[in-house]
Amino acid sequence: MPSPRLSAALLAGRGAAALSRRLGRGGGTVIAGHLVPRMAPRALRDLTRQLPLGSAVVSGTNGKTTTTRLIAHILRQAGHHPVHNRAGANLLTGLFSAVVQDASFFGRPRSDVGLFEVDEATLPGALRHIEPRVLLLLNIFRDQLDRYGEVHFVAGIWQEAVARLGAATTLAVNADDPLVYGLVDHARGPRLLTYGVVDRSAGSPTLPHAVDARLCPRCGSAMAYDLAFYGHLGWFRCTAGDFTRPTPDVAVTRVDPQGDAGSLLTFRTPRGGFTAEFKLPGLYNVYNALAATAACLALGVAPATIGRGLETFTAAFGRLERIPIERRELYLALVKNPVGFTEVLRTILQQPGRRTLLLVINDQFADGTDISWLWDVDFESLADDRVNLAVCSGIRAEDMSVRLKYAGVPTERIRVENDVRAALEIALQAAEEGETVYALPTYTAMLAVRDVLRQTGYVRGFWED
Amino acid sequence: MTLPPRLRIVHLYPDLMSVYGDRGNILALVRRAQWRGIEVDVTGVTVGDRLDPDEADLIFFGGGQDREQAVVSKDFVGEKGEATIEAVEDGAALLAICGGYQLLGRTYTTFDGQELPGAGLFDIRSVPGPRRHIGNALVETDLDGESRTLVGFENHSGCTYLGDGVRPLGKVLVGAGNNGEDRTEGAVYRGAYGCYLHGSLLPKNPWLADRLLAIALRRRTGASVALPALDDRLEDDAHRAVEQRVRAAGGRVQSGAW
Ligand SMILES: [Zn+2]
Repeated sequence: MPSPRLSAALLAGRGAAALSRRLGRGGGTVIAGHLVPRMAPRALRDLTRQLPLGSAVVSGTNGKTTTTRLIAHILRQAGHHPVHNRAGANLLTGLFSAVVQDASFFGRPRSDVGLFEVDEATLPGALRHIEPRVLLLLNIFRDQLDRYGEVHFVAGIWQEAVARLGAATTLAVNADDPLVYGLVDHARGPRLLTYGVVDRSAGSPTLPHAVDARLCPRCGSAMAYDLAFYGHLGWFRCTAGDFTRPTPDVAVTRVDPQGDAGSLLTFRTPRGGFTAEFKLPGLYNVYNALAATAACLALGVAPATIGRGLETFTAAFGRLERIPIERRELYLALVKNPVGFTEVLRTILQQPGRRTLLLVINDQFADGTDISWLWDVDFESLADDRVNLAVCSGIRAEDMSVRLKYAGVPTERIRVENDVRAALEIALQAAEEGETVYALPTYTAMLAVRDVLRQTGYVRGFWED
Repeated sequence: MTLPPRLRIVHLYPDLMSVYGDRGNILALVRRAQWRGIEVDVTGVTVGDRLDPDEADLIFFGGGQDREQAVVSKDFVGEKGEATIEAVEDGAALLAICGGYQLLGRTYTTFDGQELPGAGLFDIRSVPGPRRHIGNALVETDLDGESRTLVGFENHSGCTYLGDGVRPLGKVLVGAGNNGEDRTEGAVYRGAYGCYLHGSLLPKNPWLADRLLAIALRRRTGASVALPALDDRLEDDAHRAVEQRVRAAGGRVQSGAW
């Protein structure tokens, strides 16, 4: 039976959301989320407990949104109806909003499975409300340092969260990330499911220069890598011998990259293998596919259904989009930290020919106010003749231009235009018909780019999709 | 004409002390030397390696995370620290940022209250502070009686206090600086400069990069070298953009949530 308090809270929350949508304030989901926790602090717990298939909770620095969308898509392929929080609404308020909007007047969920993308620092708090059937931990990279301090801070609060998990939970972890796999030491209750890449040809023998995890999480000795995939993901081992990357339960055994058309992936799982033509390019997206596969297996989805889901999936809002514009194509991908940005560049560079770039860098709170991280991105890969024109825009356009200059991009191919609309025009004019313009904005810069695109009629508002 | 000798830069702990983009300082030094026809060798020196003071014309020491810094301090204080001091006393240039700056002081105190000895190049002492200082910073310097500004981004909770044997690098116009109290930022001893400014520091403050290069070249060649000017329009614009932004905000653009 729903409590009267819960019903009242649900009504109020939904009313607030509807009102703010009418007022044109965007999704309105966060407003509802602020109201309900105070009126009905148990709503998130009560509603998620009633979900017949349980909940999956997803956290990590890179790939949360794409992976969560991917899982939702696969679950729908399997005939389920997931409730999930919207992109970016990954604090507690966003989780409350999602379940409240999904609930009937009688306080019952309409969906049958919960799927929650959770901010790294919010994870311990979220797990006090939700007892997940699957907790999926993707990776820990340096991100917006001014907010969280450092990677060890996230690893530390996750340790405590993992230690509280019970036997009803499957802990699905990235076996190739020593910071994430190191959490397994602290998990006593849950079942464990590891995932990783076992195709040697997808990696390289050397680590990139700016790596966040050089020390063994167990004993603090130096780590060595037999193979590096991206950032500090790879086949690691502690030089003192007490900690080694395991053979993953769920593995991609073969990656056949097909440029920015994606890759053909071969999977090995405890419930059989399959192959899938996966349309998202880049090795970081291979990890997203692996993570989603592990989570869906733990939720009981058949491998064949997972494969079909991977093949029919297209990317999430702003993470990676292709927009036809002025007989050109705008490739829009969010950049937010050194590892993610480096991987996006690597993917772009798989394409032959000249590249026109629009780099939009802001330093608002949601972007991270410290843009020092641009110096840890591998822009050296753009040196020499690989750039046709790089238009630098946003609040920190000048910083971006200096970074490119010191990376070896000729200064005559660098333009600074702080205004996003004017910068987009310059970039489009520099590209020929049929060519792609690669727009790489930070978070608030992406909202600015989309505002410009919406004003010019190229895309709809994001809460409409 | 004889070829100019190769400049030798030592990068201390590039694997462990490499957060906040401090690597950009190395890139700035290398490029600005190369653009003037000076070849550069960069040698990474990390845990277990030896630092030869005669082979270092310029030493760079960046910031790190607490866990990494603890490992580095054990390795650095002692033989490597002494070699660093020897190089600076012999005329080498040095730039240390944040964690590297603290480790070069007389003492530093860890978060759990342990006071540990530093290498002792700078007469400074660092202790944990009550809050974290995060934000764009603007510093005024007058190293040769010429007033100049430095822009950067500070992110530290450590507070550093200067002793009698050291000068501050500059005066804080916007930001916290060494300790948030006395308006000083950084320290200078001979050709060695330490401070809290990330950003990276040198690309947006090319005059300081050139100053370090000039010191290093003098040490290498034994003679004063006038560096030809470069086209620094992008760098100067970036410097000015940050300076205007912090001045217009009447202080901090934005401080952290804690
Ligand atoms: Zn170990």
